[in-house]
Amino acid sequence: MDFFTIVQLGDASIRMAIPLLLACLAGLFSERAGIFDIGLEGKMLAAAFLSAAVSFASGSVWVGLFAGIGISIALSVVHGLASITFRGNQLISGVAINFFAAGLTVVIAQGWFAQGGRTPSLSGAARFDGIDFPGALTRVRDKMQASPGMQFYSEFVSGHSILVYIGLLCVPLTWWVLYRTRFGLRLRAVGEAPEAVDTAGISVVRLRYTAVIICGVLCGIAGAYLSTAVQAGFTKDMTANRGFIALAALIFAKWRPWYALGACLLFGLFFAIDNRFQNIQLQVIWIMVLLIGVSVAMTSYALKREWIDKVVLGGLSAVLTLLALLTWNAVAGDTVDDQVIGFGAALFETVKVPSQLIQSLPYLFVVIVLAGFVGKAIPPRAGGQPYVKER
Amino acid sequence: MEKMPRWADVVLVPVVSLLLAALISVIVFWAVGQNPWEAIKLMAFGAVGTSDFLGYTLFYATNFIFTGLAVAVAFHASLFNIGGEGQVLLGGLGAAIVCLFVPWPHWTLALIGGGLAAAVFGALWVVIPAYLQARRGSHIVITTIMFNFMASGLLVYMLSDALRPAGQMQTATAVFPEATHLPSLNDIAQLFGADTFGRSPVNISIFLALLACVGVWLLIWHTKLGYQIRAFGQSESAAKYAGISAVNITMIALLISGALAGMMAVNNTMGINNPQLIDNAAGGAGFIGIAVALMGRNHPVGIIIAALLFGALYQGGAELSAATSVPVQIVVVIQALVIMFTGALDEMVRAPIAKLFLRRNARAEA
Repeated sequence: MDFFTIVQLGDASIRMAIPLLLACLAGLFSERAGIFDIGLEGKMLAAAFLSAAVSFASGSVWVGLFAGIGISIALSVVHGLASITFRGNQLISGVAINFFAAGLTVVIAQGWFAQGGRTPSLSGAARFDGIDFPGALTRVRDKMQASPGMQFYSEFVSGHSILVYIGLLCVPLTWWVLYRTRFGLRLRAVGEAPEAVDTAGISVVRLRYTAVIICGVLCGIAGAYLSTAVQAGFTKDMTANRGFIALAALIFAKWRPWYALGACLLFGLFFAIDNRFQNIQLQVIWIMVLLIGVSVAMTSYALKREWIDKVVLGGLSAVLTLLALLTWNAVAGDTVDDQVIGFGAALFETVKVPSQLIQSLPYLFVVIVLAGFVGKAIPPRAGGQPYVKER
Repeated sequence: MEKMPRWADVVLVPVVSLLLAALISVIVFWAVGQNPWEAIKLMAFGAVGTSDFLGYTLFYATNFIFTGLAVAVAFHASLFNIGGEGQVLLGGLGAAIVCLFVPWPHWTLALIGGGLAAAVFGALWVVIPAYLQARRGSHIVITTIMFNFMASGLLVYMLSDALRPAGQMQTATAVFPEATHLPSLNDIAQLFGADTFGRSPVNISIFLALLACVGVWLLIWHTKLGYQIRAFGQSESAAKYAGISAVNITMIALLISGALAGMMAVNNTMGINNPQLIDNAAGGAGFIGIAVALMGRNHPVGIIIAALLFGALYQGGAELSAATSVPVQIVVVIQALVIMFTGALDEMVRAPIAKLFLRRNARAEA
């Protein structure tokens, strides 16, 4: 792998990370104020659709962006209504918003454009184009021959759409708002101890609505970025579960803005690798080492604990070990040039990792992150509970 | 505060919620340039208009009874199993493996074997999320969503690679042997000389679904375990003081939930006209189960009614999209609205109704 490939990978990671980052910060505002938001996905999807549709109709991507933010805020307010005003179940409300957006975007897209649930392709001023910094190279051939510094500048720093830079700027901005303003202090307080905020004479309801609306704005930008900057138009289910991965990144980042940037870049890198290397070949011995290694680690962890750990982790280890042995056995039985591969030689044969497995890796990683083996994540104390004012 | 009468809680509140959902659906129809009244007529005819359509409605209702029960059992323990979709897929895998590789002599035995395999596979798919919830406090909602994605990846791999017979174009398993094919209700009706439900796949597993309803009812309200599940769902800390193990109840409730979702696969693999496991076999049933459980107030009787309603909606929506330019996703929209109004905005509907009754009671006393 040469330097330019690495730079390209970094570039793709940023592209992939930005919608995650915006959604993650959106979730951060909401959850820090004590409102769980499973509906990030739906808000992004609705915003992606409406911003593409309005951009197409008006010819201006900025009008589209504001339309996207508008619909996202509207859904946020519905979520607020359910979880703040009517003290409903926040998870159920979020799930409903996700389904609502997933269904409605396709129905409306079909009704308006009749192109099988997508918007027409956007071009020109109806799209966010990359901004080329002064002196940056734009043609791939020029970049490949340039010096490493120039490659880094042209590919990695320059050439993104304005929303990427806005998204990155949101990180210090969020940090500043959260930790350096009075509003931020109150916001964090309302997620930890709403009764204290209430006692101080500050409206819990108002603070939480503000947080939910900020969440809507950020989700709106994330959605618009997907349909008007990454792609040229809306396609069905185009958010592709980014809302859920953003939530996992948020937990990974322990609800802190700078860590959220790190977590989202990590997930972005995952997706970039995913896209670039669809065809991964591994030697059987590495598959065995990996699977059996994980099994041994899990079993030894479980042995010192209760029976439930032994049963679950032991069973999982057995499955993984079996999988490793089956792979070995399958390769060993194969014939190449009329010669049966022996068990010894089979260890050094390469097998193709199923592409479905590679595509599932980000989700698997989310589960591992949530399992908390990378450190204990403690959510805001009042998260998910509606606040009932004392009488 | 005086409570409102039971009938208002059980009937009036869901009906008002449903009407609100219908109202917004009408606005949606209107927004996409479809005459709402025409659309509703088309859907109603598509759902129950002919014996065939009615059969499809019942077929889908069977699916939704299973997934609705699955969500409800978890809800009773205050757990939100959103992974029904993945558990159904894995249940299908279990049923397919058992049907393809075991030479069943008769469909009754195949039903038992396939049902057990489907239940076990469905339950196994929830083991890790359940364990992580019980022991590590990882959020069950997000982990089960992730397991849905992994399940669909696994199924695509199995159906396009491992279980697909050579030379077959469709991403599906081979057609199961004839002995595993469950008799359809049409087959049964013909024994008595009648010819109902036409070619629709509604089959004997609808009785399995009803049996599961009775089972869940007995479990939740008439066993010690059910009591523990409900106690845990009401108040985790109180349950712990009463000596109920949080880890055990979380695990058991979710395993039962996964098994119920998995059992749905009996209907949509062994019960269909060409018994086989096809790609995307769950078709959103796992998610519709959430709406069904919420609307049915987590009670088997309510779930049966809600499942029938959603079966009609699903089948009617399919006919609507075949006849007009409205895509099938309209069903997802209505499903979302039902979840919103009966689940999250429950208080918005309930509070005015409760107030109404309160005022009436006060007037009666005065």
